[in-house]
Amino acid sequence: MSDIIKVRNLSKKFNQFTAVNDLSFTVANGDVYGFLGQNGAGKSTTMRMLLTLIQPTEGNIEMFGLPLHNNRNEILRQVGAVIEKPDVYKYLSAYENLKLFAKLSGIKISHQKLQQQLEVVGLADRANDKVKNFSQGMKQRLGIAIALVHNPALIVLDEPTNGLDPQGIADIRNLILHLSNNEGKTILVSSHLLSEIEQIATKVLIIDKGKKIIEDSAQSLFDPAQTIVEITTFDDVFARQQLLQSQWESAFQENRQNQIVLKIDRQKISVLHRDLVAMNIQLISLQPRHSLEDYFLQVTTGSQNVHQYIQ
Amino acid sequence: MWTLLQIELYKIFRRPRTYIAFAAITSLIAIVQLGLKVDGKEYADFVMADFKNSFSIDGNTLNGYFVCYILLQLLLVHVPLLIALIAADMISGEANGGTLRFLLTKPVSRFNFIMAKFLAATIYTIALLIWLAILALFVSMFIFGTGDMLLLKNSYVVQLQQDDIFWRYSGAFGFAALAMTTVAALGFFLSQFAENSIGPIVATMSVIIFFTILSTMSIPLFNLVKPYLFTTHMVSWKEFFDIRVDENNATIKGSIEHPERIVRSVAILAVHILLFVGASLFIFKKKDVLS
Repeated sequence: MSDIIKVRNLSKKFNQFTAVNDLSFTVANGDVYGFLGQNGAGKSTTMRMLLTLIQPTEGNIEMFGLPLHNNRNEILRQVGAVIEKPDVYKYLSAYENLKLFAKLSGIKISHQKLQQQLEVVGLADRANDKVKNFSQGMKQRLGIAIALVHNPALIVLDEPTNGLDPQGIADIRNLILHLSNNEGKTILVSSHLLSEIEQIATKVLIIDKGKKIIEDSAQSLFDPAQTIVEITTFDDVFARQQLLQSQWESAFQENRQNQIVLKIDRQKISVLHRDLVAMNIQLISLQPRHSLEDYFLQVTTGSQNVHQYIQ
Repeated sequence: MWTLLQIELYKIFRRPRTYIAFAAITSLIAIVQLGLKVDGKEYADFVMADFKNSFSIDGNTLNGYFVCYILLQLLLVHVPLLIALIAADMISGEANGGTLRFLLTKPVSRFNFIMAKFLAATIYTIALLIWLAILALFVSMFIFGTGDMLLLKNSYVVQLQQDDIFWRYSGAFGFAALAMTTVAALGFFLSQFAENSIGPIVATMSVIIFFTILSTMSIPLFNLVKPYLFTTHMVSWKEFFDIRVDENNATIKGSIEHPERIVRSVAILAVHILLFVGASLFIFKKKDVLS
């Protein structure tokens, strides 16, 4: 099976507020899929829908080739997840928490295996300490141990480095890379920090206000030779039609309001300009973005928030 | 389901809060028993003063059975608060602690999740009542001894023979378990509407106080709803101690004066439990977990 998650036209409305708007994406087996967007962009809502914590207003979710709605338990047996803060029972020890959640996952697991799991996340020497005495980083690692305890094929991590110090962030990053490279896990990880996703993801989806902005392989997105180009035109419907019938079809990313977004080789900007004129597309502007970060900041934040995202 | 129930019970009995109720009941009963042991004779004489002019009362009237009856009258009004402490926290506490979203990402159906939680709250309620029974009945029997039981009614005295009492307590505690399970079901139902425990605990107690006031006020408007309020029926455990008399006004051993009232109360409490748990299931199955 190549696709682990297949989301089609997913939407979620809370009264009049649309948290997720017609979102479609696919996570393939073995991907470290980076889910990028500013706070409130709809990342957590989407992840919660994947885990059946929230019911979609519209759309379909398939996981492991099965519709999620009808196969919830069968699918969740293969999923390990930490959504937002990894809150566990503070009056229990790390070991007791791990054992409890392992039981909930429907597996019998030996004492030795539980200890090994705590070793993987560096908590073996604190196994019998009550969680109320743990730091945020330790709780995060325990959360990941709980997500991994039943050996799931898919791991869903929502902002796993939130609130961690630089060492904690590095530890989590290394753990994700280890799980992907050495254990072949498929990982869906969200963040509002581009730099974080850049270091671990094989594929990236950027969302803003619940809508997909761009989805591509990390290699392609972070390729310095490639650039994002925004075309503003008087008639974006005509422009889109023309572009999709031209050699630029594969470069097409999205169409929003009067803008069309393409991702092209930096060297080909002048060729694109010539073709647009030849196709009788009435241009208002043709604007290359210097980098993905530049583009990400432009689409997801106002300039006043720029510094928040550059870390 | 069994695994889920085990996990829920494990969590309940590992929490320090759980033992507040057991400690509260222990200390309250100990204080009343101590008071009655020291000054119980005067208390009994005072209570029986009106009847001593008409009857000659011999034997140990202040025995364990009588003390247990006093304790139940005192405590069964307050036990709902102790039940609400746990039942109203069952879901809101998980939401507040952030563990609800962790639990529901596991391959466990929401139906099983709710049922396991409610069963665990019911087991806690029953455990609390068993503890109450041990202290109020068995410890009182040990401290004060046994004998026939005299109960004062408004205008008469009921005398229950020593060998006709124990089964009545079994029935009364069984009934109290059902009544307290109704409180647990109410707390449990309210628990899913909040993300902290205080709100549902206070709401549960408020509903009980409000309904109790309606149940006790003799106003024609309230009389219409009274028979359907669960609070009206929560005190029906006392029916087990009303004995029937024959044509010679002699008590009939092993009888209950109005068994149909007990049956009706059991039915109404059971309907309330079903309604509260059914509504909890219906709402929780569709609930978006945003905590």
